[in-house]
Amino acid sequence: MRLKLLFRNVFRHKLRAFLTIVGIGVAILAFGMLRTVISAWYAGVNASSSSRLVTRNATSLIFPLPISYLEKIREVNGVREVSYSNWFGGIYIDAKNFFVNFAVEPRSYFDLYPEFVLPEAQSTAFFRDRKACVAGRKLAKRFGWSVGDIITLKGTIYPGNWDFVLRGIYHGKNAATDENQFFFHWSYLNESLKKNDPRRADHVGVYVIDLKHPDMAADVSEAVDTLFRNSYAETLTETEKAFQMSFVSMTEAILTVIQIVSYVIIVIIMAVVANTMAMSVRERMGEFAVFKTLGFGGSYLSILILGESMALSGIGGLLGIVFTFPAARAFAEAVGQFFPIFHVSLDTIFMDIGAATAVGAVAAMIPMWRVIHIRIADGLGRTG
Amino acid sequence: MNVIEINDIVKSYRRGNQRIRVLEHISLTIANGEFLSLMGPSGSGKSTLLNLIAGLDQVDSGSIRIGGTEISTLSETGLAAWRAGRVGFIFQFYNLIPVLTAYENIELPLMLTGLSKKARHAHVITALSLVSLQDRMDHYPRQLSGGQQQRVAIARAVVTDPTILVADEPTGDLDRRSAEDVLELMDQLCTQLGKTIVMVTHDPRAAGRAHTLKYLEKGVLSDAPQVAVSECLQA
Repeated sequence: MRLKLLFRNVFRHKLRAFLTIVGIGVAILAFGMLRTVISAWYAGVNASSSSRLVTRNATSLIFPLPISYLEKIREVNGVREVSYSNWFGGIYIDAKNFFVNFAVEPRSYFDLYPEFVLPEAQSTAFFRDRKACVAGRKLAKRFGWSVGDIITLKGTIYPGNWDFVLRGIYHGKNAATDENQFFFHWSYLNESLKKNDPRRADHVGVYVIDLKHPDMAADVSEAVDTLFRNSYAETLTETEKAFQMSFVSMTEAILTVIQIVSYVIIVIIMAVVANTMAMSVRERMGEFAVFKTLGFGGSYLSILILGESMALSGIGGLLGIVFTFPAARAFAEAVGQFFPIFHVSLDTIFMDIGAATAVGAVAAMIPMWRVIHIRIADGLGRTG
Repeated sequence: MNVIEINDIVKSYRRGNQRIRVLEHISLTIANGEFLSLMGPSGSGKSTLLNLIAGLDQVDSGSIRIGGTEISTLSETGLAAWRAGRVGFIFQFYNLIPVLTAYENIELPLMLTGLSKKARHAHVITALSLVSLQDRMDHYPRQLSGGQQQRVAIARAVVTDPTILVADEPTGDLDRRSAEDVLELMDQLCTQLGKTIVMVTHDPRAAGRAHTLKYLEKGVLSDAPQVAVSECLQA
């Protein structure tokens, strides 16, 4: 009977219930999307390996490090493998087609990043051809590239048109792997620099160090930085996570704003649902007085009101969650170049559920209090 | 044997800074199976007295003993439990729950009794047959006429087999014919089932059905004046 009453009351005013549910759905959808944007922002951090370190120029990331550091780093105790890369910053046809592109040492780099999975034949072809490149699955799909295609990037940091032959398309080992990156041979870049801009040759952007054991991170970082102390290019070695986090920190203010907005949305919908519940209960105060007259206690009526509020927010929340997935897919397709990892995580779903539950519970508080404390005679409107 | 014993009760309400005394040292006894009608002008305290008898409100002083239970000392929770088993309510505007069918409205008070679904069904069917509305059991209140709604309300009032029935202007919202049907039904409840009925009314015809007429004015209870009695008898 209580459930029957509860659901019949929820849909007593169909238009009001529908609009409230839609409002909650949209709010939860917006909340979920904003939380997903925040997660996407941290995707690089979350995808970091605890066994990898990044060594960069201590002054700033924009200053390179000499290639001569490679062998010295390799000899540090605890280092299993070292690779290196240069941010290339090339543009494909137009600046709006942005994607991440790096000049790397292919063998060691792909050894260090097993999450980039490349078929053996393609990796062999990539390693063998100095003008070869590989692209992530999503990136290749985005521009309709196939293996064998010639891809020309317009250099911004390294001027000129750079032609590459696509020798492989990698896919991610898991959902957290970025499939929107582009890699080519560092040696191709370096040889060109030797000819055209010799002062910039034989330098790398960062070294990536793979540790024999993650526990050695602090010791190896210290050892590497000590090695190059007082040199003309001092180093700063940190975990890959810390390195990625430094990029996120640059945009922390934006992230904070997004977080605040996501919570503001929940507070607004909480107020809207609370108003709906207050109106609904006020209209039925006489009925609640009848219930009390018949002997039903405040707890029974409170559960009824809480149930109504939770049903409204539950249905709205469920709709919001369901629609978050297609919305996230559409969003990812539209701005995939900026958010290579954009998927609705389980944490976001739990937060959605938590938000919808909080909306339902808070919205019911004042009506519950009113119903518990209403005098029967006042509710029935019959004194005199 | 008296089922209702009211002894020297006083009741007042606070309106802003003022305290308004509604009932002044009222004493009253009502015998088992009696049908008592309370009359009086608006604001005389009739409904307040009814509320106190029904355990919907608490007295300032004095005592109310109903069926052997001193209800003026019961807590809010105690009163709710007492009302659920001992009092049936009939309101002027029926006060049925609009989202429940006639059957479900009648079943509602039984939800607090711990009866099985089967037992509840038997009780509801009995109550429905008492008010001759078996064929309307699946109708919602909006699908019933005023008279039918009031009959459903009466069935809801008697379904728990209460000690007393309190009725506040039960015919106030009904046409003459429906009002007659409802009064006839209340009369049957009193004479055939032995229910004690306390009714507040302005309607002389309704009051004329009662065994006893009481008159309340400015919070003071008295026997109905002869004019009112004659009016009721003529009606």
